[in-house]
Amino acid sequence: MQAAFHKLAGRAGVFAGATAIALAAAPIAAQAQSYPESDDPIRMTIHDWTGQYLTTHIMGSVLEEMGYTVEYVQADYLAQFAGLESGDLHVAMEIWETTGKDALEASLETGDTVELGETGMRAIEEWWYPAYVKEECPGLPDWKALNDCVEVFAAPETHPNGRYLGGPVTWGGKDDERVEALGLDYEVVHAGTDAALFAELQSAIQRKEPILAWVYTPHWAPIKFEGEWVEFPKYTAECYEDPSWGVNPDMAYDCGKPRGWIKAVGWAGGEEKWPAAYQAIRNFDITNQQMGEMIGKVDLDGVPSGTVIDQWMQANRDTWQGWVPAE
Amino acid sequence: MTALSDAGLPARPRLLRPAGLLPWAGALAVLAALWLAGGQAGWLNSYPDAWILPLRDWVSEAMRWLVKDASFGLFTFKELTRAFAGLLDLPLQICLILLSRGFAVPLGGDAGLLIPPLSWLGVTGALVWAAWRVGDAKLAGLVAGCFGYLAVFGQWNSAMVTLSSILVAVPVGILGGAALGILGYRSRAAERALTPVLDLMQTVPVFAYLVPVLFLFGFGPVSAMIATIIYAMPPMVRVTMLALRSVPAEVLEFGRMAGCSRRQMLWKVLLPSARHSLMVGVNQVIMLSLNMVIIASMIGAGGLGHDVLTSLRRLQIGDGLEAGVAITVLAISLDRLSQAIANRTSTPVHLQADQSYAVRHATWLGIVAILAGTYLLAFFLPALRSYPDWLTLDTGPLFDDLVQWINVHAYSVLDAVKSWLLIHVLIPFKRLLVEAPWPGVALLLAVAGWRIGGVRLGLTVALLTVFIAVTGNWEKAMVSAYLCGISVVLAMAIGVPIGVAAAANERVHRIAQNTVDTLQTLPSFVYLIPVVMLFQVGDFSAMIAITAYALAPAVRYTDHGLRGVSSEVIEAARMSGCRPWQLLWKVRLPLALPEIMLGVNQTIMMALSMLVITALVGTRDLGQEVYIALTRADTGLGLVAGVCVAFLAIIADRLIGAWSHKRKQELGLA
Repeated sequence: MQAAFHKLAGRAGVFAGATAIALAAAPIAAQAQSYPESDDPIRMTIHDWTGQYLTTHIMGSVLEEMGYTVEYVQADYLAQFAGLESGDLHVAMEIWETTGKDALEASLETGDTVELGETGMRAIEEWWYPAYVKEECPGLPDWKALNDCVEVFAAPETHPNGRYLGGPVTWGGKDDERVEALGLDYEVVHAGTDAALFAELQSAIQRKEPILAWVYTPHWAPIKFEGEWVEFPKYTAECYEDPSWGVNPDMAYDCGKPRGWIKAVGWAGGEEKWPAAYQAIRNFDITNQQMGEMIGKVDLDGVPSGTVIDQWMQANRDTWQGWVPAE
Repeated sequence: MTALSDAGLPARPRLLRPAGLLPWAGALAVLAALWLAGGQAGWLNSYPDAWILPLRDWVSEAMRWLVKDASFGLFTFKELTRAFAGLLDLPLQICLILLSRGFAVPLGGDAGLLIPPLSWLGVTGALVWAAWRVGDAKLAGLVAGCFGYLAVFGQWNSAMVTLSSILVAVPVGILGGAALGILGYRSRAAERALTPVLDLMQTVPVFAYLVPVLFLFGFGPVSAMIATIIYAMPPMVRVTMLALRSVPAEVLEFGRMAGCSRRQMLWKVLLPSARHSLMVGVNQVIMLSLNMVIIASMIGAGGLGHDVLTSLRRLQIGDGLEAGVAITVLAISLDRLSQAIANRTSTPVHLQADQSYAVRHATWLGIVAILAGTYLLAFFLPALRSYPDWLTLDTGPLFDDLVQWINVHAYSVLDAVKSWLLIHVLIPFKRLLVEAPWPGVALLLAVAGWRIGGVRLGLTVALLTVFIAVTGNWEKAMVSAYLCGISVVLAMAIGVPIGVAAAANERVHRIAQNTVDTLQTLPSFVYLIPVVMLFQVGDFSAMIAITAYALAPAVRYTDHGLRGVSSEVIEAARMSGCRPWQLLWKVRLPLALPEIMLGVNQTIMMALSMLVITALVGTRDLGQEVYIALTRADTGLGLVAGVCVAFLAIIADRLIGAWSHKRKQELGLA
């Protein structure tokens, strides 16, 4: 929503300067067309990480180019499902297999939401350490080395165990279960928010102190900092469901985290209200590489997100025009 | 002199007589016995899951019914709440159009007429003019400085979005609060019903009722505004009741003799004569509304709160600080303006008749003239429309570098202090509280309530404690109690000496006042992230954040209490040959103690209200429970955990309040 205000305010300034009566830019729409089917705003949700902000605004800009009205609403990643089901919110661009699969499936079951396809990005979420830690713990990235390096990662609160800085509890991730199943001598300390998690990571890296934390991509941290993911036994569906699978015969979760899709989801009623828009969202496709570059520009170089989105829209006109369904 | 006479000051408080000690000793013995027995019977140590009352499921179920099925026949409950939301959205949209985004008039087809928002210079100018009219040049200067800051530091647009929601939420909060207050004033029954509700509204963490608010009023700025109103309204209700009650009997008598009807009595006599006290409530509503800015932005309010959150998410601490200070600056200017309006001595009506229309309405005419003038001028001078970017300042990188410098160079010292405190104080205290058997703790608190305030208080406290256990929140509540307990002790250890110094010296007093004002209005999230960078995620960081926030009442009440000791008593003590430190230790501190204890009480309240914020750092307590509930949209979980936080607060409040009251009586002060 913020960006919309800025945009309008910016426009107001430019136009007001030129003429006393300013004409708002008309949407660049094709000739006669079947969309927009409705002028009601499509409400897209914004969460608390930059990548999601960018994907949502890119998709939103495309929808605006198609002539739709778009509103951006701040909503929590998991809390938004209640809004999507009731029709208060309409589109959420990024549901990660790694963290949102259960919530997504539960929501789809109600019949009030529909899946809007994969976004093309692949999520990686795993235990991560900065490259310099390897000097003190040469056995990494193999997970079996973790127990030899407990002292390296220990902290007063967790002593004699090592300290692993996990994501917010609301992200799920099964880290507490993983520690138990793999017999790791570590304590999971959950950061309260994304911000707190990366604040601690950055401060440890500034001091070149060992740290073991939950890092995910697409995100600026693995772009900015040199480091590696811990290699756990590879994830399979059986690992999470079947206790007998894997190194620990009695417990599930004795493997790494799933790497997987990032999907868009929408309010079921929108299927009839804005069919062309939903089709365009289904066509949305972007790579980790492209997204990583944009996140880096915003979070590391401090380029305003509006500028980054506009640049992308201009440079990739063919790409996004390909998403727009034919008449 | 009288205060020190035998009748006024008993030789020793009753508490310390041998007979008075017996129940305490008994309760402690039972606690110890239960602790030892805990080894055999596990249910003593941790409340068994099987006994947990599924209250939160019931609440969630009730909520589901309310949202999906409840109906009044013609329309459903949800339609009613949505209609209400629509009603509130209207003024908000108008404010947003005026202040921030302008309005695009569709002219058919692809053309549209864009009407720009008010000029930044106009808004600033109008407020400065108003400040000068209702106050003095100093106030005008302050307002100019504050709004100038918003423009120069590039915060203007966000600040106007925030200001818009404040401009709607504050009047609704004031009018609603006053209406409820009047109701409570007129009917004792209404007052009795209101009091516990107000207690809960003030102590249940905001996150706990955000979920039901989202369900009922939809996602978006209006829900954020409604949550703000719920949070900010209670002081207005209380102040209204109090203010109306303290209107002198003579004034009421006069009104009756003049033949006022009930309505005239209220509007022409009661409210005008209580105006000054009512403004205290108005001030509180403004301050609390601005306190909510960050939380409101989490559910879609946008504005400055959103800027603070996004900057900190990117770890751009300086930018976060700039946006945070913008909130403080808004709070300060609105607060001072409202105070000036309250203290203004308006020209008596019979003199106004002689003045021309222009003189009588100079304030409003001036505001309109400035707004209109700059608005029109801005069509020719775009720099007036939106503050030019090249004139903005950015101190962001400076602060980022500062934090990095501290992090790299001072970390070893900080880390040593942290580890020592963790190992020797925090962790042992946490274990003590978490491992204490719950029936024993409940008994000890009940005895405390009974001895201090009588059987009724004892029973209340015991019931509240048992509720926490029965709903399955015991362990988390104890972690909360531990975090708050440690932080309150620390806040008092730092705050009381500062308060003592402030009471002794005018200059220290002024500096301390300004510092604590800033600490309270600056969104805590701004300093939370640097604290995490220096002290890592965990209890220690949470403790520092809570302490910083809860410091204010410790300083304020100590200062106020010491200043309140009557000069006769001090004179008498001096004449009997007290040296300065004796005067402080033997006379002033003991006499100010009841007041200082109220400060402790407020410190505890502040600490508890910070719990939810510290959940954003990562703690495993009730605050986190409430936060999880918010993200899972679980009404029951959030409300029940929230009520547990409220009960912790109420237990502390009642016990300390009763003690303070009793002590005041013993000292002959009340």
